[in-house]
Amino acid sequence: MGLALLLVIWLITLVSTYFFAAKTWWLPAGASSAAGFIDGQFTLTLILMGIVFLAAQLALGYFAWRYRDRPSAAPAAYSHGNVKLEIIWTALTTILFVGLNLMGYPVWAANRWEPAKPGSVQVEVTGMQFAWYFRYPGPDGKYGATSPKLMDPSAGGEAAVGLNTSDPASKDDIVTGTMYLPVDREVDLTLRAVDVIHSFFVPSLRFKQDAVPGLMIHMHFTPTQIGEYEIACAELCGLGHYKMHGMVHIVSQDDFDKWMAAREAEKQ
Amino acid sequence: MATTATVHAHAAPQGFIRKYIFSLDHKIIGIQYFFLALTAVWIGMFLSLLMRLHLIFPTASLPLIGEIKPEQYLSLLTMHGTIMVFFVLTTAPQGGFGNYFLPIQIGAPDMAFPVLNMLSFWTTFVAFVVLICAFFVQGGAPLHGWTGYPPLSAVQSAGPGEGLGADLWITSIAIFCIASLLGALNFLTTTLDMRAKGMTLMRMPLTCWSWFITAMLGLLAFGVLLSAGILLLLDRNLGTSFYVPLVVVNGQIMGHKGGSPLLWQHLFWFFGHPEVYIAILPGMGVTSQILSTFSRKPIFGYKAMVYAMLAIGFFGFMVWGHHMFMSGMSPYSAFAFSILTMCIGVPSAIKTFNWLGTMLKGRIRFKSPMLFAIGFVSLFVSGGLSGPFLAQPVLDIQLHDTYFVVGHFHLIMGVAAIFGMFAATYYWVPKMFGRMMNEFWGRIHFFITFIGTYAIFMPMHYLGIAGGTRRYSQYTEVAYLAKLQPIHVFMTYAAIITIAAQFIFVINLFWSIFKGPKASDNPWEATTLEWTTATPPPHDNFNGVTPVVHNGPYEYGVPGAARDYVMQTDPAISSAAAH
Repeated sequence: MGLALLLVIWLITLVSTYFFAAKTWWLPAGASSAAGFIDGQFTLTLILMGIVFLAAQLALGYFAWRYRDRPSAAPAAYSHGNVKLEIIWTALTTILFVGLNLMGYPVWAANRWEPAKPGSVQVEVTGMQFAWYFRYPGPDGKYGATSPKLMDPSAGGEAAVGLNTSDPASKDDIVTGTMYLPVDREVDLTLRAVDVIHSFFVPSLRFKQDAVPGLMIHMHFTPTQIGEYEIACAELCGLGHYKMHGMVHIVSQDDFDKWMAAREAEKQ
Repeated sequence: MATTATVHAHAAPQGFIRKYIFSLDHKIIGIQYFFLALTAVWIGMFLSLLMRLHLIFPTASLPLIGEIKPEQYLSLLTMHGTIMVFFVLTTAPQGGFGNYFLPIQIGAPDMAFPVLNMLSFWTTFVAFVVLICAFFVQGGAPLHGWTGYPPLSAVQSAGPGEGLGADLWITSIAIFCIASLLGALNFLTTTLDMRAKGMTLMRMPLTCWSWFITAMLGLLAFGVLLSAGILLLLDRNLGTSFYVPLVVVNGQIMGHKGGSPLLWQHLFWFFGHPEVYIAILPGMGVTSQILSTFSRKPIFGYKAMVYAMLAIGFFGFMVWGHHMFMSGMSPYSAFAFSILTMCIGVPSAIKTFNWLGTMLKGRIRFKSPMLFAIGFVSLFVSGGLSGPFLAQPVLDIQLHDTYFVVGHFHLIMGVAAIFGMFAATYYWVPKMFGRMMNEFWGRIHFFITFIGTYAIFMPMHYLGIAGGTRRYSQYTEVAYLAKLQPIHVFMTYAAIITIAAQFIFVINLFWSIFKGPKASDNPWEATTLEWTTATPPPHDNFNGVTPVVHNGPYEYGVPGAARDYVMQTDPAISSAAAH
């Protein structure tokens, strides 16, 4: 029985470890400035926890086999523990866990404790059952007023977010169902939700933030790779949660300007 | 102590109803809780089977059930979580085994408040019935998940099931909270006031410590959830706005103004995180007890184990914000919550270290309880080590609300706790019902369940790393998710096999209760008080004798002793040998 346990525990441990190490399923290629750091911190955590995982599981399996009861076994040791070992173990774990945690703060602080730099691209993201809308303030750099009374989700676009078209600042506001962003420029997001909580998750950009009714949440990030990336809602928002899907197109500044000009032309 | 005990003694009831239905006997109440949880776990497991089938055949028509629609998938998910967390993970380890064995292990004739104890069980039962009713009302069960975040859970038009179904759901939880508060009071009073002579706190078995600390957590946590639930009911039905700001649902302005959706999250997780420990602490207790018994060695670092559980309970109340790193909560508080969360990993690591230390240089007897206790340690390590990923806000950006989280909490508070219950069942059924369970089928059950558990929950981590979002009824609508579907297929087949193996357990259980070989008073050659009395124990537990305790709970392999274990009631071993 001891041998069976050893084999099963070791096999489970090695197979589990293999798929982490082989990266058979892995983080999607990063496309934002934070991705390198986040992936590095993830890998570091994985290696450290992996070592503990292997050590503990392999020891567990080995002990089960090595100390199995059999006629030739030595009598069980009579010991109530070892205070010195406990202290060493406690200190090491504390240093490992807390130290690892502190190492992750530079990026968290840069992304969440400080506001976006002036001159960043302004985009307002609005979540509603079960769609994302993106609003750009246009050349005046100001978002027009919106009103809950004007919201009409079935109409889509400007009407869905309740844009008040009589507000002069709204004249050049662009509302789209697909997000376009210029590469290598910081993006200043404002996240809103009109009905229930949604979560704006773009795995490739290493970006996630809940959009909460009643809150205007500011977040910022910098895309670094041109491409098309999927948005998935990450907070249970109702029966259509699984299809609350969107796209982010990261394009060159030129392409972004052209796209924006075309949208402004359409609107006029 | 003895006088307190006699005050609480009550005569054995004669009629069937007072003996088995509205019983005041903690042993019968424990068995009632156990079978309630056993019923609940089969329902909860069946729901998970339907979910797993829907995930790989989203449009299939199942026999008798028909096609599961996305909103029905979410109802299954909500009810699975609620049933498992409240009526299995909270009910069986504490209400079931705790009720049965806490008084016996401390040498008491019953719980401190037998009537309250009966009320706790029947209130829990009512809560369960109310919850199950949610399936059968118009609109069906709620779809807002077991965490019930408003506004989704607070606005009736936010989705199917958010009408009467959601009212029943929150009412059931509120009733459950009351039952748990009553139970917690009873456990605390019993532990503090009813211990036999010589049963100092530091001589209590670690199981008793785990039930005691769990009761403290329950007392402090369930009151908060009860209040939160009442506020949610008010928001839903009386137009208050505790949790709901001005929202526009389907183009309609709702009548709420100025509420905070985050308030619910704070209150819910203030309960919800301690709840994780309510589920797992009794598993830790029974694992410690069994590892020591079957390794024939004293537990490694008894005091460290007690302090570690107290530390887990203490820190357990200061880490709730780690569920909310992406919620819009202040990013500064995320820093504090994450440091405290890392701190709670330390006592957990101490416990693992001490379990390995207990097995080291032992003479391990591989009976079914021991197999499940070793399985518990393995699962606790695997589930625990994904904690330091999720405790880092910067990694939560990628991992929050993905299957990585689902894998993490299922391994540690789900199946590790369930393995604790399996271990407890194989260990204590001989005492409870007087008959041994079948060893051969116990082993078969262990190996299939152990491998199956890993096959279901380990791939969830891979899925989460690749961005696999949770609570999606199907992976068909998002291109990168569709590519991850093979992992879901594998997990579903693993789940079917693992669920099938549970029939082995339940058949073994019922067959053994009626037909198993008779158990002796102390079949495992264990040391704690329940093994000093008759099997099954008489109505007053010790047949009119109040036990007197002379030794610590885990005295195995004492040098110079007549046999390889010294029971707690045996004459005191010399202090020289004890150190």
